[in-house]
Amino acid sequence: MTETTVHTHAAPTTKAAGHAQTHQQHPIGLYLVVWLLLFVLSTFSYLVDYVGLQGYLRWSLILLFMVLKAGLIVAIFMHMAWERLALIYAILLPPLLVLVFVTLMVSESHYVLFTRLTFFGAAP
Amino acid sequence: MSAETHSPVREPLHRPAGLAGFAADWASDQRTFKNVSWGKAMMWIFLLSDTFVFGCFLIAYMSARMSTAVPWPNPSEVFALHIGGTDVPLILIAIMTFVLITSSGTMAMAVNFGYRRDRKKTALLMVLTALFGATFVGMQAFEWTKLITEGVRPWGNPWGAPQFGSTFFMITGFHGTHVSIGVIFLLIIARKVWRGDFDTERRGFFTSRRGQYEIVEITGLYWHFVDLVWVFIFAFFYLW
Repeated sequence: MTETTVHTHAAPTTKAAGHAQTHQQHPIGLYLVVWLLLFVLSTFSYLVDYVGLQGYLRWSLILLFMVLKAGLIVAIFMHMAWERLALIYAILLPPLLVLVFVTLMVSESHYVLFTRLTFFGAAP
Repeated sequence: MSAETHSPVREPLHRPAGLAGFAADWASDQRTFKNVSWGKAMMWIFLLSDTFVFGCFLIAYMSARMSTAVPWPNPSEVFALHIGGTDVPLILIAIMTFVLITSSGTMAMAVNFGYRRDRKKTALLMVLTALFGATFVGMQAFEWTKLITEGVRPWGNPWGAPQFGSTFFMITGFHGTHVSIGVIFLLIIARKVWRGDFDTERRGFFTSRRGQYEIVEITGLYWHFVDLVWVFIFAFFYLW
C-alpha cells in the first residue's frame, strides 16, 4: 500500500534528486577535464619539490594540491558529488576523526623525542 | 503510471533532498542508503575501513619521523634517478603518479561506457586500466630493487633514521598490494563484460544477477581509492 503511494511520486522533483536516483552517468568530457586537472595539480606538486621550495610555503602548497586532488577524485571519479547526503556523511565524516588520532600522536611523538634526547642524548 | 516505468532495477523511493533527506534517511527504520545498492554501499564501507588502515600507517610513519633523534633521509635525493648526467629528483615517483592518474581516467570512462552497455569499449578500457596498474607495480618493483641494492632494509638504511626503511616498505608495499589486487579484480570483471555476462544475466563470482553493469562502477570505486591513497602517500612520504 505504502509502496504504491510512493511509486506515484517517483517522478524526479529536483534535478539533484533525479540525478542521484539514476545510474552514475555523466558526460565523458567531465572526466577528461578532471583527468587534465589531476595532471596539472600533480605537476605543480612535483614542481614544489623540483624548484626546491622550503618552509611553510612548501608544506602549505603540498597540502593544498593534495586536498584538491583528493577532492576531485572522490567527488567526480567516485561520484560522491551526486550521492545522497546519508552516504556522503557516513563515508566522509568518520575519516575526520583520524585527525584526533594525529593530534594525539603528535603530542606522543614530542614526548618520545624528549625522553630520547634526555636519556640517550642526540644522534650517536 | 507506475506500471509503465517498471524495470528490473528497483524503483527509487521519493525522499526529500539535502539535510531533510539526510535526517529522514538516518531516522527511518528502512534502508539508510536509499537508492544505493548493497554492492556499492558495502564497497564504500570497505573503503572506509581501508582509509583507517592507511591512516594508521601514515600516522605510524609520522610518529616515527617526528620522534627520531637521528636525521631523516631526504626523499627528494633518495628517490632521484641519474638521467643524462644529472640527478633528477623524484622523477620515477612523478611518472608513477601520472601513470596511476591516467589509469583512474580510463577507469572513469570504462564506468561510463558500462552504463551505456558498450561492452567492447568497457572491457578494453578496463584492460587498459589494468595495464597502467601493472606498469605502476612494475615501476614500484624497480624502485624497491634499486633501494634494496643501495642497502635499504626494514631495519635500516645508509642515510640515517632506520625507521625510514620500515615505513617505506610497509606503506608502499601495502599500496602495491592493493594495486595488484585491483589489477586482478579489473581483469576478472573485464572478462565478464567482454563475454556479455551482464547481458545474458549469467550468474557467477562477483556477477550481479540482474544484468547490471553496476559492478563496473564498484570496481571503479576500488580503483579510484587506490589512486586516492597514492595522492596522500605522494604528499606525505615523498614530498614532505
